[in-house]
Amino acid sequence: MRFGDISQAIGNTPLVALPRLSPEGYTIHLKLEGHNPTGSVKDRVARYLIEQAERHGLLSPGQRILEPTSGNTGIGLAAICRVKGYPLTCVLPENTSEERKQLLTMFGAELVFSPATEGSNGSVRVARELAAADPTAYMPFQYGNAANALAHYETTAPEIIADLPDVAAFVAGLGTGGSVTGVGKRLKRWNPDIKVFAAEPEYGDLVYGLRNLDEGYVPEVLDLEVLDSRIKVDSRKALGATRELADVEGIFAGVSTGASLVVARRVCKRLPAGSQIVAMSPDGGWKYLSTGAYAPGDLDEIATAISGTLWA
Amino acid sequence: MPTVRIPSVLRKHTDGATKVAADGATVGEVLRAVATEHPGLAEQLFDGEAVRGFINVYVDDEDIRYVSGLDTPVEGDSEVALMPAVAGGAA
Repeated sequence: MRFGDISQAIGNTPLVALPRLSPEGYTIHLKLEGHNPTGSVKDRVARYLIEQAERHGLLSPGQRILEPTSGNTGIGLAAICRVKGYPLTCVLPENTSEERKQLLTMFGAELVFSPATEGSNGSVRVARELAAADPTAYMPFQYGNAANALAHYETTAPEIIADLPDVAAFVAGLGTGGSVTGVGKRLKRWNPDIKVFAAEPEYGDLVYGLRNLDEGYVPEVLDLEVLDSRIKVDSRKALGATRELADVEGIFAGVSTGASLVVARRVCKRLPAGSQIVAMSPDGGWKYLSTGAYAPGDLDEIATAISGTLWA
Repeated sequence: MPTVRIPSVLRKHTDGATKVAADGATVGEVLRAVATEHPGLAEQLFDGEAVRGFINVYVDDEDIRYVSGLDTPVEGDSEVALMPAVAGGAA
């Protein structure tokens, strides 16, 4: 495979079966998005956010881009903005892992921090304030930009269909909702019987902490209608499955992958025997090493110790 | 008896309790029983007959919207969890 530059080398990631972790009579496959150029599924989204804006005349050469992102989208945007010549400001929670901050800085992004206690909602709030104060900046806004789900509709889903035409169910984590919405819609167009499940991270009290219930936020990108169900996964279960994945299947993935795996195994029994399931693996574990998620030790203690940074 | 997990933002209505037990055969019955026991919760949880929009309700980790809503059956060992809707993690 040859590509003109890094922004074109996105997608076509491996779909890998988990013969040792699938419930008997079913096969779970992971779509390993960590194989993208900057190491996550968000490279697909970042490319679509920028190229759709260019296509629709929303972005002029050299214009500043501003985005709330707790890491992966920012890293993908930073690499693409570098080669396309756009300066980038990322707004991220202050408890984002050190690896992510260093990667963003290395790619030349400017960082603005939002309070850890406000989680991603805080980044959204601060980014909106900055955008209102600087009308020359362009904010793609992954939570509300149709290009997010479109990236999955036009690239991720067709790859899954090509590799596994008889896929019976798709599972992905719930962040912006782009993966479940984009992949889910395309898969259901291919075969209306395909089931779509969202694995929702259950954040620690630190994240929910000071939140007022009136300030809840449902991303516009997320289409709840495409889901057949939504199942929450706590840090301990997600971390346990993530570590098991490395231990049993030799796959080093981020904790969101573990959450999707937990849900994939739970929903198998709702599907006909012999069903093939695809679960999204948004990234590898590399950017989370400093959190201690992969350190030796007792799972409960580790899950408790890192619950404030795990999903950040 | 089923238990209901209370998010931190609502614990001022349950004297700080993170979990409260309440009887009922459906999620709706359980939540009404909790609201009766802790009156401060009623207004926070319900908008008329429905649960307020930014609160997600789960029975044994599954969103009740995709089961049978407030009619979703609960067992004696079920856990009903209330969670504020928040934007996602690794986004």
